[in-house]
Amino acid sequence: MTGLHWFFSPLCALLLAPLFPGVINRTKAFVAGRRGPPLLQPCRDVAKALRRGAVYGDTTTALVRLGPVINLGTLVAALLLLPFASVPAVIAFSGDLIVLVGLLGLGRFATVLAALDTGSSFEGMGASREVHFAALAEPALLLALATLTRVTGATSLSAIYEGVGVGTWAHALPTLALVAMTFLVLELVENSRIPVDDPTTHLELTMIHEVMVLDHTGPDLAIIQYGAALKLWILGSLFVGLAVPMHSGDPWLTGAAALAGMAGLAIVVGIVESAMARYRLVHVPQFIVGAATLAAVGFIVLLV
Amino acid sequence: MPGGGLHLEIDALSAFFLLPVFGLSLLTGIYGRSYLKGREPGPAAGSWFHLNMLTAAMALVIVARDGLLFLVAWEIMALSPFFLVIFDDRREAVRQAAWIYLAATHLGTAFLLVLFVLLGSLAGTSDFAGYAAVLHGQPALSSTIFLLALVGFGAKAGIVPAHVWLPEAHPAAPSHASALMSGAMIKVGIYGLVRILSLMEAPTAWWGWALIAAGASSGVLGVLYALAQHDLKRLLAYHSVENIGIILIGIGIGVLGLAYGMTVLAVLGFAAGLLHVVNHSIFKGLLFLGAGAVQHATHTVEIEELGGLLKRMPWTGTTFLIGAAAIVGLPPLNGFVSEFLLVYSGYLGLIEPNTTIAAAGLVSIVSMGLISGLAAACFAKAFGVVFLGSPRSHEAAEAHEAAAPMLVSMTALAFCCVAIGAAAPWVVRSLAGVVGAVTHLPLPQVHTALAPVTASLTATIAVFAVLAGVALLAWVVRARRLAVAGVRRAPVWGCGFQRPTARMQYTASSFAQPLVTQFHLIIRNREVMAPPTGYFPTSSSYASDSGDPFLGLLFAPSFRWFGRLMRRMNVVQHGHIHVYVLYVAATLIALLVWGSLSP
Repeated sequence: MTGLHWFFSPLCALLLAPLFPGVINRTKAFVAGRRGPPLLQPCRDVAKALRRGAVYGDTTTALVRLGPVINLGTLVAALLLLPFASVPAVIAFSGDLIVLVGLLGLGRFATVLAALDTGSSFEGMGASREVHFAALAEPALLLALATLTRVTGATSLSAIYEGVGVGTWAHALPTLALVAMTFLVLELVENSRIPVDDPTTHLELTMIHEVMVLDHTGPDLAIIQYGAALKLWILGSLFVGLAVPMHSGDPWLTGAAALAGMAGLAIVVGIVESAMARYRLVHVPQFIVGAATLAAVGFIVLLV
Repeated sequence: MPGGGLHLEIDALSAFFLLPVFGLSLLTGIYGRSYLKGREPGPAAGSWFHLNMLTAAMALVIVARDGLLFLVAWEIMALSPFFLVIFDDRREAVRQAAWIYLAATHLGTAFLLVLFVLLGSLAGTSDFAGYAAVLHGQPALSSTIFLLALVGFGAKAGIVPAHVWLPEAHPAAPSHASALMSGAMIKVGIYGLVRILSLMEAPTAWWGWALIAAGASSGVLGVLYALAQHDLKRLLAYHSVENIGIILIGIGIGVLGLAYGMTVLAVLGFAAGLLHVVNHSIFKGLLFLGAGAVQHATHTVEIEELGGLLKRMPWTGTTFLIGAAAIVGLPPLNGFVSEFLLVYSGYLGLIEPNTTIAAAGLVSIVSMGLISGLAAACFAKAFGVVFLGSPRSHEAAEAHEAAAPMLVSMTALAFCCVAIGAAAPWVVRSLAGVVGAVTHLPLPQVHTALAPVTASLTATIAVFAVLAGVALLAWVVRARRLAVAGVRRAPVWGCGFQRPTARMQYTASSFAQPLVTQFHLIIRNREVMAPPTGYFPTSSSYASDSGDPFLGLLFAPSFRWFGRLMRRMNVVQHGHIHVYVLYVAATLIALLVWGSLSP
């Protein structure tokens, strides 16, 4: 187990991440009174897209093909930095949280340029919204991580999440609760979920992420869909590591608690999507800046 | 030398700043040969002369160790760009830009004049060693000198609100001159500031705060104004303001670290700021040269008239993309390394018990997050609209790849972006000498302070290797699947619209519109819109103007006020020669009387 246990976190993510959107969709179906698609439907979608051929726009260059591939690379690389279920990350070093933010930025830049490569005004629209909201979400993420750094005195993701335990919650309850709220909002924003974006409609005028990938087909689309599941997992595990601060000596128990936490988060996202409507686009920045403010308030609470 | 000594010296700090000056001069020189080909020989020769003067003057400023020599070199360095900017002097806008530059640079020089005269009169010498001696143990004097240096050198570097000349002068000058001015000359302003800081023994904490405040406001305002631009070179000029802001935040953290005796913070802050000096000169030089290649090929830098250039100018487009990714601070390029150092020093500040340091760390982290997010938006716009999609004008459709010498310069700079990113741990370790020279810390201590961050940067190489490996694997899988399943080409889906035209694409203005609207209180973009009306609209129009609010609301009114004041002096000016002879005679008599009365 010792050799393998370092790879526990990325393996969990690579294998289980596609289930995350499956659980969200089942929850939404349950709330709406439908039976809903099977849990493994996202896997089937990826497999189906992989079998298909591809259609590329006349205007496009190699960038439209490179975008999804680079995005997937950044997400898998980010998994190496991510601790999960009290198991430290494969690669942990002081300042790795900045690299995580940088990797997410690179993946987004590649996706945006791939969208602009088509020259379609719909994809330009999606790209414009994506960079707008991301410009506000990035400081929010850095701020939330900064607050956790101040709480735990650690500058590496693995050390930070190792340092967050039940005892930490006891003495820094308001701060941790506020940061957890920020992470929850960022999970919705970064993954283009309701109330920021509607992942189910394909009505271009209302959308961000789905409209950016409108002209991607076949294996490219499969890579994008799998990448989207990984990104849900990555930001989700930032939240779950904080909300389920379990460090029992038993790895099975800790692992089960973390996985239950991820499932719980997926259900929460599903309930949010069922209960809320999408915000008007002009109100989304307020939502993101509000989330950043929560983390900032958490930081100020620590100083007093 | 009359009035001062011809004292020249190269230490680690001078050598460090000479690197971008000479490197960029060489590459812009190679580039400029092709760029100016076909121009009239007279003006082109003049332009070469002033370009060489600029390089020589920058080098002299950096090695001068005498106040008077420094000021003379500084003035040559300030005047040469005027002639470079006014190259296309038949255009009204260019003449205007050159005048704004000249006024701005001399306003800055005025503060430097006070600074050096004050130090010189107290020290009784114009030598830098004498300045250091007179500043020793004089906190009040040191603070005055610091403020004079911040304003004087800040005007050259382009700190808000003294940045107004950058967006005017850079677009007007030939592109290789813009590259040298933005890549190297404004850094000489930073050099001056750091040199003055290194003359003082112990900085005060509020200097650090002043630098962080100036840096954060320049950084955020610079990138916000850049977002609203649709002239590619103006956009790049505003990004210089942004990057000078990033450099200042780093130096500010370094000064705070020195003031509180926190060695690691001081070393990391200065290392981040100084590394960003070199990085910015590389990628901003590259981007200006790329903009010049676009201008050469299409005769415009108006972003809204370009598009689809990556297919027509693949080499220029690829190097521009590398420069854009580097300036945004994306891993694994050079911009990421310096921004990593800066944000990392912010996080280290956070875990200090001292709440002042923690607050400074938080401010720098949040402003860096905002700056890099907005910069990503801006360069997604600049690269996406200029190089991707379909051409929006005949000129863009007919564009051709740049000449070989231009491509050589751009490729060399793009290679530096990649190389510094790839060799990050080694590069950061080699900063120890210059950081030691600025902070006066012993070299082993600097190495100890840099050790953890170089270890972290070494670990990032493994992360980026996995990134590249996974991307390659996914590429291979994708290619093998497509070899079986087949690839088709088709028109881009237009929501059922059958005859898409290039005019239907998203433009730079529409791309940036949500952010420009959100920050309209700061950007103050003026829009004139005649929307389509009625059931059968005939014509509609939209125009936006993103003039600089500081120029329009601060400098223009104050200069007008000053002009009115000066016009009052007209009462003594009649243009008749005998009146002036009378003035001369009256002055002489008055002086004689004064001379005879005083003992």
